Amino acid sequence: MPASYLWLIPLLPFAGFLINGTLGRRMPRQLVSAVALIPTFASACLWVWLWFTMKAADAPESIHSTITLFGNNWIQISGFHADFTFTVDHLTLIMLGVVTCVGFLIHLYSVGYMAHEEGYWRFFAYLNLFMFFMLVLVLSANFLLLFVGWEGVGLASYLLIGFYFKKDSAANAGKKAFIVNRIGDFGFLLAMFLLIAHFGSLDFSTVFSSIQQHPDWQGGFLTAIALLLVVGATGKSAQIPLYVWLPDAMEGPTPVSALIHAATMVTAGIYMVARTHTIFDRSPYALGVVAVIGAATALFAACIGMVQHDIKRVLAYSTVSQLGYMFLACGVGAYTAGIFHLLTHAFFKALLFLAAGSVIHALSGEQDMRLMGGLRKRIPVTFWTMTMGVFAIAGIPPLAGFFSKDEILFHAFQTSKLLWLVGLITAGMTSFYMFRLWFKTFFGESRFDEQHAGEHAHDPGQGHDGHGVHESPLVMTLPLTVLALLSIIGGWVGVPAVMGGHDEIGEFLAPVFSNGTAAAETASHGLELGLAAVSVLVALLGFFIAYVLYCKKPLTAASYAAKFPALYRIVENKFYIDEIYQALIVTPLLMFSRLILGTLFDGGVVNGSGYAAGASARGLGTLARKIQSGNIRSYAGWLALGAAAVIAVMIFGRSIWLR
Amino acid sequence: MNIDHNILTIITFTPLAGAIVLTLLPDRDKLQQWGALAVTLLTFLFTLHLPFHFDHTAAATAFQFEQNLPWITSPAIRYHVGVDGLSMWFVVLTGLLAPLGVLISWRAIDSRRRLFYVLFLLQQVAMLGIFVSLDLFLYYAFWELSLVPMALLIATFGRTENRRRAAIKFFLYTFIPSAMLLVAMLWLYTRTGTFDYPQLAALAATHGISGNTAALWLASLAFLAAFAVKVPVFPLHGWLADAVSEAPTAAVMVIAGKLGLYSILRFSFGIFPGQSHRIAPLMLALGAIGIVYGALLALVQKDLKRLAAFGTLGHVSVVILGIFAFTVSGIDGGIYQALNEGIGGSALFMLLGLLYERYRTYDMREYGGLAANLPWVVTMFVLTALSVTGLPMLNGFVGEFLVFSGTMQSAIAHHIGWTTLATTGVILTASYMLWMIQKVFYGELGPRSESITAPDLSAREHLALWPLVALFLFMGIASPIFMKAINTAGTRIAETVNHSQGTTVNFEAASSHSDHTDMTTTSSATKGAR
Repeated sequence: MPASYLWLIPLLPFAGFLINGTLGRRMPRQLVSAVALIPTFASACLWVWLWFTMKAADAPESIHSTITLFGNNWIQISGFHADFTFTVDHLTLIMLGVVTCVGFLIHLYSVGYMAHEEGYWRFFAYLNLFMFFMLVLVLSANFLLLFVGWEGVGLASYLLIGFYFKKDSAANAGKKAFIVNRIGDFGFLLAMFLLIAHFGSLDFSTVFSSIQQHPDWQGGFLTAIALLLVVGATGKSAQIPLYVWLPDAMEGPTPVSALIHAATMVTAGIYMVARTHTIFDRSPYALGVVAVIGAATALFAACIGMVQHDIKRVLAYSTVSQLGYMFLACGVGAYTAGIFHLLTHAFFKALLFLAAGSVIHALSGEQDMRLMGGLRKRIPVTFWTMTMGVFAIAGIPPLAGFFSKDEILFHAFQTSKLLWLVGLITAGMTSFYMFRLWFKTFFGESRFDEQHAGEHAHDPGQGHDGHGVHESPLVMTLPLTVLALLSIIGGWVGVPAVMGGHDEIGEFLAPVFSNGTAAAETASHGLELGLAAVSVLVALLGFFIAYVLYCKKPLTAASYAAKFPALYRIVENKFYIDEIYQALIVTPLLMFSRLILGTLFDGGVVNGSGYAAGASARGLGTLARKIQSGNIRSYAGWLALGAAAVIAVMIFGRSIWLR
Repeated sequence: MNIDHNILTIITFTPLAGAIVLTLLPDRDKLQQWGALAVTLLTFLFTLHLPFHFDHTAAATAFQFEQNLPWITSPAIRYHVGVDGLSMWFVVLTGLLAPLGVLISWRAIDSRRRLFYVLFLLQQVAMLGIFVSLDLFLYYAFWELSLVPMALLIATFGRTENRRRAAIKFFLYTFIPSAMLLVAMLWLYTRTGTFDYPQLAALAATHGISGNTAALWLASLAFLAAFAVKVPVFPLHGWLADAVSEAPTAAVMVIAGKLGLYSILRFSFGIFPGQSHRIAPLMLALGAIGIVYGALLALVQKDLKRLAAFGTLGHVSVVILGIFAFTVSGIDGGIYQALNEGIGGSALFMLLGLLYERYRTYDMREYGGLAANLPWVVTMFVLTALSVTGLPMLNGFVGEFLVFSGTMQSAIAHHIGWTTLATTGVILTASYMLWMIQKVFYGELGPRSESITAPDLSAREHLALWPLVALFLFMGIASPIFMKAINTAGTRIAETVNHSQGTTVNFEAASSHSDHTDMTTTSSATKGAR
């Protein structure tokens, strides 16, 4: 594919957004679907073409394309310029594949899922807008254009979380997502300002090559830049301390949760760290911070995920936890493992969300797992596909999640036993809460009240009544099937040599991460196999506990919870983190603004001094009071008088003024 | 016929001629509105002449479209007008906002229309005059003129019975420092014998203005204070919230920002470069604090207009921060941001105004749930909020980004700390903007929005808003079209001010996009001998 076609990949969905956004209201639903799906599919096809171009024997490591608008670049001043430049290397290629293919499948699924919703056109317009910005994000060749995508996906996320804007909870969640992400952007922006101050440019190639030419640059300002980038990444990828927006983001329609809040947007932080690994490689301290944040988030979110009742919230905390794994991978320098897990996670987590959506769809909008159960026979396609997703994320071989998670744990072990242990415990918890979800939803007695179906509907359009529990239409089960297949085989591109594989993804990404991951090869094969065996055992343990508690003796879980009421309540309430943020940051800030700044300073000092100045100039005040009679002629008189006085002063006043 | 030499005069005095015509027309039917619209549109068309005939290569050194005629021989006052990269886009923006202001006042002002539109046009004359005057005395005449129609507009067309108090406050706040400005100008005249700006700037550049240090310092402070109140710079903003919440929409659109900011860039920096550099650490601090302070106060307002007023304080503070960083990026970004503030602020006030026309209140608690009924209003509102918040690909981002990155490269004391504080503004601005959108448009219907059913945007309102929304996008993705001219001015100002301090600023030629690895901007701050 010629490089000059690159811009088509993001611009096609943008065209879809423009058409649906302006005319969609008056168009029939089939036409809206076509306008949204065709450009997305075309982008996916372009990606395939691009793939073959880049895999050709004589293909370059990366290709670039710069667009000009009206003969200009984007920003141009003396000493600095930013361009609309796209670039593709093997890392971009993987991200592009995830975004276009998973993105298309989710578009397809949405046609079925959103069929009964008001604002169908609006939904697809936003979805295409998201695709545009996400593709810009992964294609950009400089920090600033990456930031365009970064902010743009945040905007699309805000609009889609708040899709049901009449509900206060949805509007609040959208706002929270945007503002918390802005805290991350604060770090990202400062990082860019420092980059400009030190490199005079934001182009990846300029910055990275200049770092490579200076082996003596270690830590120092590079650590500062790296840490500020981490702040940005923790916002977008929902890591401690900025993860709080993601669980609330489940207020959006379920396909949105699958696409934006699981498969693509939230991985932008990991992509960014991997993309800028040249900076991170020079700062062991920043890498350490990344690893610790990742491990802590993985464990912490998994804890909360174990006791949630809302099916989507379990998946949300699971996403936070899995993103923690990817962070951990980056933090120990195993960028390839991080991207590998990003890839497999995109498959199985999109699958899990879409399957959960299918469950919700079947139950006319019910999301509480306490009111589910016994659905295995009634929605078989959903059940079987979701089973693949559950086994994949739990780390059961030979499904996708096993290989990628194992890769991360292996690299973590080589860096720090403690990080590995945290990762391993998290793996056990992951297995537990996923099988808990599986058993509670599909096994045991049905606890669903079909008489009152739709009353608790979360998404208004899902509350359509009439046809009881039902399997979803083909347009929804087809994407589920494809994703289930990918969740099974997706990991096979990264089977390590010790298990008889070729680690294709490692080789594929080698040109991108050439200087980071060589150390791994020195470890013994026995160790690698041993660690893999341990993680499989842990996953099985999680399965077993979930089986006992939620399938065999479904009442024991509650009795265990009753034994530790305080602890259970704390975890169930998500460690009260939202409340703590509210009490420690938001409320004091608002009180300070209202009382100290508003009443005391603005009311007292600013206005007070204004009045004092006014009172001391009582003469002028009288003048002003006469002026504001509204009579122009009287003011004209004053003006003339004033002008006369001025001229008089100028002519006669020299001596008075100066000597 | 070449009109280049008269064009600025034509631009400036077309609204004046229009005002005279309006006084002769009866205040009947829609006669005044159509008259004002015709005049302002004509003026706007004339201003468009400037960017199409602007010579970017000559702009680095010379004023263009100059007209320089003797007016009074003693004292030497000349009718000297001209524009450069700094002022050109301000003139065009002033031209653009006027017809939009007329459109948005079309029904909002339903009595004493003649008075309203005459004052409105006089205000425009004053603003255009300020931007084109190159003679200090001429400039001062327009500066004073700009205070009067505004005060009268507030006093006469204010919304509540507080209007007179707000008008007096506005007038006193701006009039007292203006008197000091006059004194300083006269002092300058006695020192140099000229009111001519290019001559004064040339003298200043070579330290040619005689007088002791203290006197020069005082004069520079008089200049800066007058401009800072008009901007307004924190903590001189006491007049702003009252004036904004009283003034009719068309007046609010031009009440803050660009006049004062332009004047600082032109006269404070041009005539007092050394003194400006000396006071920069303070101004940088006030800029950064103003950003956070304005945003925090906006966050706790219940009145939509007061919220927007404090928001405005935050946005003009961004410009202050940028221009007092004395880097090219900071000044370019600052000028761009001053234009953005004029565009985004106007759009916001127009939207608030048309909500008021429908629901007769600015109290946020009365609103809610409007999104379903007013899809166009909410679309415009969200776009405006995103522009003001600085979303990339919209205009606000380009300015804000250049300002902050320029401040980060500054040589002024504590610049890193102030940049960091200022950057928290991006969080706070998003907070109050989204808060406002949620309160007005999302959730349940509020008391007022439930009891009144109002129509979505009318064709006239569409017409008033679309040019601004189009500019959000256009200025966001094609900034070099505007920046080309601005950059000539920004580069010159940065050089002048830093030169006055013996500070050197090295620029890598922007055109060379090779893999330079050196740090491009090295600023070695060495205090000039004093």
